[in-house]
Amino acid sequence: MITYTFLQHYWCFLVCLLAGLLVFLMFVQGANSLIFSLGRTEDERQLIINSTGRKWEYTFTTLVTFGGAFFASFPLFYSTSFGGAYWVWMLILASFVLQAVAYEYQSKPGNTLGRDTYRWFLVINGFFGPFLVGAAVATFYTGAAFLVSKGAIGGVEAASLGDAGGGLVISRWANAWHGLDALANPWNWVLGFAVFFLARTLGILYVMNNVEEDNLRSRGSVRLIGTAGLFVLFFLAFLFHVLTKEGFAVAADGTVSMEPYKYLHNLLDMWYVAAAFVLGVVLVLYGIIRTIISKTYVGGIWPAGIGTVLTVTALLLLAAWNGTAYYPSTADLQSSLTLQNSCSSEFTLRTMAWVSLIIPFVLAYIFFAWRAIDKKKLTKEELTTDDHKY
Amino acid sequence: MVLLESLIGWSRAQFALTAAYHWLFVPLTLGLALIMGIMETLYVTKKDDFWRGTAKFWQKLFGINFAIGVATGLILEFEFGTNWSNYSWFVGDIFGAPLAIEGIVAFFLEATFLPLMFFGWKKLSPKWHLAATWLGGLGATISAWWILVANAWMQHPVGMAFNPVTVRNEMVSFADVALQGMAVTKFLHTVSSAWMTGAVFVVGVCCWYLLRKRNEEMARRSLRIAVIVGIASTFIVMGTGDRSGVEIAKHQPMKLAAAEGLMDGGTQAPFSIVPGIEVPGVLSILATHDLNGYVPGINDLKREGEAKMARGRQALEDFRLFRETMDTDSAAAAVHAQKLAENVEFFGYGHIENADQLVPPVPIVFWAFRVMVGAGGLLLLVLLLFLWFEWKRKEEFPKWLLHAGLWSIPLVYIAGQAGWAVAEVGRQPWIIQDLMPVNAAISELPSSNVIVTFFLFLLIFTALLIAEIKIMCKAIKNHEAL
Repeated sequence: MITYTFLQHYWCFLVCLLAGLLVFLMFVQGANSLIFSLGRTEDERQLIINSTGRKWEYTFTTLVTFGGAFFASFPLFYSTSFGGAYWVWMLILASFVLQAVAYEYQSKPGNTLGRDTYRWFLVINGFFGPFLVGAAVATFYTGAAFLVSKGAIGGVEAASLGDAGGGLVISRWANAWHGLDALANPWNWVLGFAVFFLARTLGILYVMNNVEEDNLRSRGSVRLIGTAGLFVLFFLAFLFHVLTKEGFAVAADGTVSMEPYKYLHNLLDMWYVAAAFVLGVVLVLYGIIRTIISKTYVGGIWPAGIGTVLTVTALLLLAAWNGTAYYPSTADLQSSLTLQNSCSSEFTLRTMAWVSLIIPFVLAYIFFAWRAIDKKKLTKEELTTDDHKY
Repeated sequence: MVLLESLIGWSRAQFALTAAYHWLFVPLTLGLALIMGIMETLYVTKKDDFWRGTAKFWQKLFGINFAIGVATGLILEFEFGTNWSNYSWFVGDIFGAPLAIEGIVAFFLEATFLPLMFFGWKKLSPKWHLAATWLGGLGATISAWWILVANAWMQHPVGMAFNPVTVRNEMVSFADVALQGMAVTKFLHTVSSAWMTGAVFVVGVCCWYLLRKRNEEMARRSLRIAVIVGIASTFIVMGTGDRSGVEIAKHQPMKLAAAEGLMDGGTQAPFSIVPGIEVPGVLSILATHDLNGYVPGINDLKREGEAKMARGRQALEDFRLFRETMDTDSAAAAVHAQKLAENVEFFGYGHIENADQLVPPVPIVFWAFRVMVGAGGLLLLVLLLFLWFEWKRKEEFPKWLLHAGLWSIPLVYIAGQAGWAVAEVGRQPWIIQDLMPVNAAISELPSSNVIVTFFLFLLIFTALLIAEIKIMCKAIKNHEAL
């Protein structure tokens, strides 16, 4: 029986899955952050840019679809987080705008700003994109300072409208920092860095797999040790913190309260999520370790990528399923967003569930296209003979 | 209050800035996708390598333009949340669906097949490559469909019901939202105007080559295709524009009155070509397809608006009473909900303080409409002249016509921007017609924050636009057809 509750959980799963795919696809950002250090010569830098340049649209599209799916299924999150944590989202968007044009423009005559400026745009996005996304996602566990009063739109349960002076706004940020306050919590930094180093790790694995160039591969193998080590360090620190901290539990009547070890309880209560999480972690570590140990293995991006999708999806489900407030408010506990109080109507979720049946078809043609492009690894020779290159 | 107006003004300015820039790049993407597709089809069907090289050239220009359209589109989507957070909740149940479908259905088609088109010339067979080109273009066009479904819904909200418990409008008919007449008209009108943009762009570039006597075969043969696409799409633009006029008259009469500067309405309403020159009865025909059709003026609509404002205030009062009683007195709450339902279609009018606020900026809408129609007419004339000279099999086009073709490029962009201004400025003060004015839709932010991001995006978009134009010009200048 497909109930309203089921649909809420289903759409939460899809949004978490999109987030997992987004983090995996941020190998594009991770590799771009290394353009000037992994690539020592102009040829090598061109190879990195042309390699990630054939995939950047997937990352971009997944980000857009993540936004659209969140809007359609949990519009109160869209309203509260984007309208409140204004600066975090604006900085993320600005960095992605710079990235989108940098590929096409960097090598073209007449590009005004010069080749290296555009490459630095890629590096900036490569650092700030994953870091800020990670810091924003961390607030699902650490909370954010907002207040929600739905009746405000009709002038009841009135809210004060900051410096604007009014009273109609449903979701308000409780301080003047509008998202920058997330940087005051060190745990948001920790997850930010974990995502950044994960993106770099995946970026190295992707370049090693996609580009047939011995120098890049051997240098990548060495860089992988330090990068993956930092990722594991930040990831374990955040994981330990989340599993031992108090979490935001939701009672059947919608009341939110603090519960010790809530996320650990969620992990233990939901064996299937725990299994996906453990499998994901194992796959990520397998991909990294085998690539470091083996002189010839360059397929690490695949186990590590699949593992990333599983781990991130499971980690996010811990923050939302099993009676948990997924976007907790540190300013007013009862303003916290739950699947129940922030989701779309049953009709919309049901309609969109039908639309979601297209997803396997989409994944199938992506698989076909990806294979067609990557059937032959990228080489210096291809860049000299192909008339469309970045 | 002044600060509130400042916040609304800057939030609108930021959205307008992003949308205006977005609409500089997207029409060329859609238009070139069609023309490239036709050229590559000729290559595959006729096995003529000339068309392969020609398609690749236009594809190169397509690539330069494409990315920045994607980037500005990303910002637009998120700005609904960042700057219009009340809106996002109040209608997110309906409005979010087209955006999500756009991502799942359209953007992944684009993201998958356009890279195949760019990088697949040596990796795919000609037929598969052709399929990738068309599928990439199809993705862009489907994307336009869903975003215009969303836009049409803002202009004419249908298929929903207000729920006072959740304090939002909720979808009750997906078919009404996705397939309403205004969405179909908007899609055809907008996409055909984008094809027109692509066609005029190709005509302009070809004229430049012909004036300099370079790449003449490529220019002449590309121009032939572009002229046919341009004329066909201009006629679709005109036909759907006419249909759009009737729909606006029915659902957004204030927009029509503003576009005509019509203060007092009546039957046999005149169409004003420019102030002081009127053609009797034509506005009635355009708006109602009937010479004796009644077209209300701005003053008539303000008077109607005052009555709607009273009902809107009553709706807000009943809503307030409902909220106060819903947890404590279910019988009273049911009565208030019933009374609210009687006036809920005027809910947005409760936020309007005086009837003057119901009038959009008339000079902008009035002149934008004339610029759009005038420029469209001129462009059609230029395209028809090219067709005439082609038909007469003239060896060379006259220089004045080639110059006209070249200068058609800025003209088609001006027409597109003017059309956008008519549609979006003309519906002010509504973010959703009759349901929500912009002052009730905003996010709670210090206006200084929005001012900073406005100038940040202005700087980024302008720098990137300048770079794009320079890169495009260099690519055209440096091209040597085989």
